[in-house]
Amino acid sequence: MALLEVENLRIELTTRDGTAPVIDDLSFTLEAEETLSFVGESGCGKSMTALALMGLLPEGIGRVAGGHIRFNGEELTTATPARLREIRGNDISMIFQEPMTSLNPVFTVGEQIAEVLRAHQGLSRSAAWDQAVELLDAVRIPNPKGRAGDYPFQMSGGQRQRAMIAIALACQPKILIADEPTTALDVTVQAQIFDLLRDLRRQTGTSIIMITHDMGAVAEMAERMIVMYAGRQAEIGPVEQIIDHARHPYTQGLISCVPHIQAVLTDDRPDLVEVPGIVPSLREFGKDQCLFASRCAHVTQTCLDARPPQKAFSAGQIADCWHAEAF
Amino acid sequence: MNILRNFLTRCVYALILLTAVLVLNFSLMHLAPGDVADTISQSMGGADQEILDQIRADYGLDQPFIVQLGRYIGNVLQFDLGYSFFYNMPVTELILQRLPATLILVITAQLLALTIGVVMGVISAQKPNGLMSHFVTFLALFGYSAPVFWTGILLLIGFSLHFQWFPVAGMRDVTIEGGFWVHFVDLIRHLTLPMITLASVFFALYSRLARASMMEVLGSDYVRTAKAKGLSVREVVYKHALKNALSPVITLAGLQFSAVISGAVLVEAVFSWPGLGTLAFQSIIARDTPTILGILFFSALVVIVGNLLTDLALRLVDPRVGGKK
Repeated sequence: MALLEVENLRIELTTRDGTAPVIDDLSFTLEAEETLSFVGESGCGKSMTALALMGLLPEGIGRVAGGHIRFNGEELTTATPARLREIRGNDISMIFQEPMTSLNPVFTVGEQIAEVLRAHQGLSRSAAWDQAVELLDAVRIPNPKGRAGDYPFQMSGGQRQRAMIAIALACQPKILIADEPTTALDVTVQAQIFDLLRDLRRQTGTSIIMITHDMGAVAEMAERMIVMYAGRQAEIGPVEQIIDHARHPYTQGLISCVPHIQAVLTDDRPDLVEVPGIVPSLREFGKDQCLFASRCAHVTQTCLDARPPQKAFSAGQIADCWHAEAF
Repeated sequence: MNILRNFLTRCVYALILLTAVLVLNFSLMHLAPGDVADTISQSMGGADQEILDQIRADYGLDQPFIVQLGRYIGNVLQFDLGYSFFYNMPVTELILQRLPATLILVITAQLLALTIGVVMGVISAQKPNGLMSHFVTFLALFGYSAPVFWTGILLLIGFSLHFQWFPVAGMRDVTIEGGFWVHFVDLIRHLTLPMITLASVFFALYSRLARASMMEVLGSDYVRTAKAKGLSVREVVYKHALKNALSPVITLAGLQFSAVISGAVLVEAVFSWPGLGTLAFQSIIARDTPTILGILFFSALVVIVGNLLTDLALRLVDPRVGGKK
């Protein structure tokens, strides 16, 4: 049994124009000690998936309209709020993309780490604090004893994200969801954070769900990846396989967007390219057609008439495209 | 260390400010027509110019303005606020007699308004369209638009005349005998209505601000983090959100402190509360310049001390205030 199974998940957002399926029929599994990466442009539903897994969809706006999320076989979509609280921060935890604002400005960093330990592991005040200092050390913050008493505003962005990681890993969760953990950080710090996450995963055996739009990060961190587009899965499979031979035109577009440093430009590696057009508006979501059609160079009438089927290829690669075999 | 130095700096500023207040008050009073000689001559049934001059000479009122000002400030520096010709006692003594009553009223009203305002604001922020939220909005609108003296009179009619739960006026019942607790309960009974009256205006301000501030904080990233940690709703709201939402409310409470004191003047008049407000009212009628100046001086002092305390409270709530290194 997989650690996490998501089956036909549908999440609807209520907007002024009615409800829109921001996640439409998404299925995937996450194995123990695996890193799975979600890739896609802003607004494709990556963060919504993460919030749904945590049971933190915006109240009154977003809801799970169908499908299942099973953690260790336990159904989460129907779990009680109390049970979800037990799981959050303990079995499944999350780091967010804004380290500058994700820590509470009026509590010390040590307290914010210790608090999780007290809530889930029943540690005493002093034991939780000692452990918090150790965790700060584990995420490589120099002088952890002194820094534990610091407030977030006394730390840099990179240090704050390290502190967030310490909070997320405090209870040794089975699953760590990292929602664009390095987007707000500069490049050298990004590399350090990825190093840190990789090392911590090796030490703790935590599965990681990495949400990003950085193909480089995916290649470095993940074993498998899911490419999302407009709330739907575009392609899923092993990272190497997909980067070598993407079957979905959107994935191909994303990969060719990655800048390269080759001096000679070829047809294969032209100068910097982009995927033309923009993500469709929420109103288009849920239509019975290929949502990428408006931006796709290979569009045919079939793409506009019906939603593409999932086509399976070797090594577990699946692409949702009418013409996947042709690519 | 840093906090202490900052506090001392603030105290020095406060002293300079107080001196400025003294000079300004004295000049303003000097500009106003009429002086104590007029009042005395009136109470004697009139006097001719010679007697008026005599009175002015006696009280030093014939000296040039600058000399009078210098003399006054010199006296104040020695904690001597002058002598009230109307009450026939030193102003400092007179004010110190009345100050506790006003402080009790102002501080309890301020605390009541803050507590209830924050609690109601926080509760209504969690369900912005709920019944409680509408109720708070209504109460706040009522408290803010109703004049203080009118609210006071209304409460008097309702709870002192009709139900007779609370005494009509004054601060203590001189006829009762008993120990500390008996007098304490008596004080509370006298205090209740004036306190509620004075608090009603400020409750309106604080509950609205607490509600807005709390709603903003509840949507912030760090509250989402707190939820993601699996903390209980109580911890998320009352620990993580509330401490952040309090800063603007405390700032406003500090700014409103002077307004609470001026509101107290009206409330004291309505309930015959024996505080500075009643004294100020009477001494203005009597042109008792030294007493008026003394009251103004003490009001300024209380406001300045109130602001200092606000500053300290903000530091306790928000570590970013004051630039701790």
